[in-house]
Amino acid sequence: MNAPLDKSLRKPKARALDLKQGRIDMSHGAGGRAMAQLIEELFVGQFDNAILNREHDAAMFELPPGRVVMSTDTFVVSPLFFPGGNIGSLAVHGTVNDLAMGGGVPKYLTAGFILEEGFPLSDLAEIVKSMAKAAREAGVAIVTGDTKVVERGKGDGIFINTAGVGVVPDGIEVCGDRARPGDIVLVSGTLGDHGVAVMSKRENLSFSTEILSDSQSLNDLVADMLASVPGMRVLRDPTRGGLAATLNEIAHQSGVGVELAEAAIPIRGEVKSACELLGLDPLYVANEGKLIAICPPENAERLLAVMQAHPKGREAAIVGHVLDDARCFVRMKTQLGGTRMVDWLAGEQLPRIC
Amino acid sequence: MKYIEEFRNAELAQGLSRAIAAAVDPQRIYRFMEFCGGHTHAIARYGVEDLLPTNVRMIHGPGCPVCVLPVGRVDEAVALATQHDVILCTYADLMRVPGTNYESLIKARSKGADVRMVYSTLDALKIAADNPEREVVFFAIGFETTTPPTASAIKQAQARGLKNFSVYCNHVLTPAAMRAILGAYTDEGAPNVILDGFVGPAHVSAVIGMRPYEEFTRDYKKPVVIAGFEPLDVMQAVLQLIRQSNEGRADVENEYARAVTLEGNLKAQALTAEVFDLRDSFEWRGLGAVPLSALQIRPEFAAFDAEKRFRVEVPNPKENKACACGEILRGEKTPTECKIFGTVCTPDNPMGACMVSSEGACAAHWTYGRFREAPPLEKSA
Ligand code: SF4
Repeated sequence: MNAPLDKSLRKPKARALDLKQGRIDMSHGAGGRAMAQLIEELFVGQFDNAILNREHDAAMFELPPGRVVMSTDTFVVSPLFFPGGNIGSLAVHGTVNDLAMGGGVPKYLTAGFILEEGFPLSDLAEIVKSMAKAAREAGVAIVTGDTKVVERGKGDGIFINTAGVGVVPDGIEVCGDRARPGDIVLVSGTLGDHGVAVMSKRENLSFSTEILSDSQSLNDLVADMLASVPGMRVLRDPTRGGLAATLNEIAHQSGVGVELAEAAIPIRGEVKSACELLGLDPLYVANEGKLIAICPPENAERLLAVMQAHPKGREAAIVGHVLDDARCFVRMKTQLGGTRMVDWLAGEQLPRIC
Repeated sequence: MKYIEEFRNAELAQGLSRAIAAAVDPQRIYRFMEFCGGHTHAIARYGVEDLLPTNVRMIHGPGCPVCVLPVGRVDEAVALATQHDVILCTYADLMRVPGTNYESLIKARSKGADVRMVYSTLDALKIAADNPEREVVFFAIGFETTTPPTASAIKQAQARGLKNFSVYCNHVLTPAAMRAILGAYTDEGAPNVILDGFVGPAHVSAVIGMRPYEEFTRDYKKPVVIAGFEPLDVMQAVLQLIRQSNEGRADVENEYARAVTLEGNLKAQALTAEVFDLRDSFEWRGLGAVPLSALQIRPEFAAFDAEKRFRVEVPNPKENKACACGEILRGEKTPTECKIFGTVCTPDNPMGACMVSSEGACAAHWTYGRFREAPPLEKSA
């Protein structure tokens, strides 16, 4: 999408893209007619918005007043299609959520594609459609993009980068360094679903009920939460490294400790059994549609009620509280009544989960 | 459903905790060794220590297969992978165990050696079948539970005519290690480790049964209670050990009636005996050379024995001097008594095997328990 689009190149279209049998070849990234056709018929067709449709190299737009938030993320998940989503929807949700966790209202995204020669156009079309759908649902527009093709064997089908901008309304101040002793820690729903959905597909595990990824955009949930509790202190989506890694980050940024109550943490039974089978701890498994919120104690019940009233927070729960602890330890009262640390993740628990 | 069950567990745990507190004689200190790394992990992971009175001490034993593998064997595996161009199949934990000069399989792989992580012997067999032009070596480690699957893999390879598959065998035996610990004395003739009994691993006994432990109750007067791996199992075993100690008894008891019998799994034992026989002696990290403590592949199956097929020479295996894994595996030291615990040595940068395996005492303490030793809470704001 970077190359200037010479209108004359478009005219004598031989035939439409073969979205059933066709495959990516090197020409789709070469800046010539094939690339123009791919952009026009697939990307512009699907992402369809006034800013993109002008087909400039760079998108131009106005932003509402407020501070601008910006984020970027690259997606290499394997397999590309997993129960509950695919790399395309994930790429939109991931960046939308990053913006929302800054307290921002997400507005515009960019999309960069690295395609491997031979990648089926039918798969690409499905991925792009999911991206378009996810963007529509989240109320964001994909306004510019880029496509590169690498030789067969040099990529793994498709990698996607998305970047996004959004606007933080005045008066909102959520940040990882704002947790204070006494604050309450909430999660918006069951943990570990995404990582286990991807892993079970990868390891060919089958369960009586299929575990679906929780991949979804959370900006609407966040909007409700901030409207009700503008003084919320921290918002984070526990993606890679799960609840454990994210809480450790927050504890360090804020210079506090956290104590969780194991019995209060919502985890699906299937996810627990799958984790046991795979030798994983669900607290470290990635989520793509859940958030952690930390708020002052006097707001906790109200915040919980707002979350539970939203379809994306129905299973929200209070899972712990913030402590004074200069060592910044995250610990947990176990179900048995003992205490243990919930440490940083050592090494790599699950590669290529997002 | 699940929640009810877990709630009950919490109640049971509190009940056991009270029973243990009531049973202990406050005048004495009880020292029990949980032999197996799986128990070490469960104790740390569920905070079982908090549910035991302070005069009941759990001492971590050498039952972590990754931890007891001596540096020389790690070096040999690295040499196999780098010098013989084999595909070396190994469990994930083993890849990060540091050998001499911090070399490890994961480093060897980053330099180009073909080291692959597998979940089971079957994965390794499949790799051998898929790569007939390459030599495939399975790095076998583990106690009695993992031995039958290795034996079965060797027999399958034989039946399928897989000529490119072999096993680098490091299987070791539980009772031999317990004997080595009980038989170690200081120069003054005192036992190296004072112990009042053992928590024995249920999965090992599911294979070998209970009989092999009778020598410890008879010759050393140490009670042995075989326990499952749930935290409640461990607590129940501790209670039984306390009762035996109070009554001056030393019996083999079975907390884990579910799967353990006196004789064990005779089929698995027969399979193991068909493929393996005893080594005269085997080097353990921490315990040194222990007679009759490990298995080797029988001559009939020499074609599948990587030690027979490849010549590997490792010059001078050297342990990291600062690492106290040896003492820890013998139950003589706790992880925090190692000078580099938590400073130089962490799970991200392990200096010794006990920090690599999740069953290792150092990793378990670092990951789950270190908040106990760290300085008391400081008031910051
Ligand atoms: S802390 Fe590290 S160096 Fe020290 S004994 Fe444990 S593994 Fe060895």
